[in-house]
Amino acid sequence: MIETDWIWGFVGGLMIGGAAAIYLLFNGRIMGASGIIGGLVDRSGLDTGWERGSFLAGLVLVPGAMALMFFPGISTNITGNMAAIVAAGLLVGIGTRLANGCTSGHGVCGISRFSLRGMVATVFYLLAGGISVVLFKHLLGVV
Amino acid sequence: MVRNLFAFIAGGIFGAGLLVSGMTNTEKVQGWLDVFGDWDPTLAFVLGGAILPMAIVWHFSTGRARSILGADFPGRPAPRLGHNLVIGSVLFGMGWGLVGLCPGPAIASITYGGLGGIVFLLSMVAGMLVAPGVRTRIDQVAAI
Repeated sequence: MIETDWIWGFVGGLMIGGAAAIYLLFNGRIMGASGIIGGLVDRSGLDTGWERGSFLAGLVLVPGAMALMFFPGISTNITGNMAAIVAAGLLVGIGTRLANGCTSGHGVCGISRFSLRGMVATVFYLLAGGISVVLFKHLLGVV
Repeated sequence: MVRNLFAFIAGGIFGAGLLVSGMTNTEKVQGWLDVFGDWDPTLAFVLGGAILPMAIVWHFSTGRARSILGADFPGRPAPRLGHNLVIGSVLFGMGWGLVGLCPGPAIASITYGGLGGIVFLLSMVAGMLVAPGVRTRIDQVAAI
């Protein structure tokens, strides 16, 4: 860990929580990324389509503009293994819809209201994430 | 219109926070999840920092029926722990650990994530499309 990493992590975390706070206080909605996009993908949330679309527009445009202005050459350092990327994308898409939430919905919004579902989901996806890194990165070496 | 504006602002701050915190850097995220290897505890600071303002706002919202723009506050879901919550979270965690992207960062990094980022997002959308079918199958098996 680089020494300033945790400071940026904490500052970024405050911004993530601040965004969720704005979405709840003003719009009365839970800020869950998988739910917001998922409702558009399976058309279950088309009645709130403009609100979802506006959220996603901000989510794409603001970090995009920041990357352009302040972080030239920024990369996600994503693996080059396309098969792994497709498999991971499918797992994340299916899993978050089955569980009705991801890191933002269950993790940030759920834990902060002491939701049993949010806490249980977070324990399981963190545990599975840890095992996945050991399995695919260290043991199998595919990513 | 005002709702859409605040949705845009919330999405923007969320995206900026994901970028600043390192959540869109898959190498960092995999290091944060690597509890059995060379673990980097930064993720705890990201989650902790995010939970703090939300805990305050949840506290504020209890006892109030409506948000500032007039929508009802979301009610508490029944604390029911079904098999889909556990199976879904395990599948999601496996995918998150494999590549290092969860849904928010996958969307936030789409402009600088290259081809891999686009393929990931399309695969995630495909997964969301087949999820209802998967849920039906799991429920059928669970009912036996």
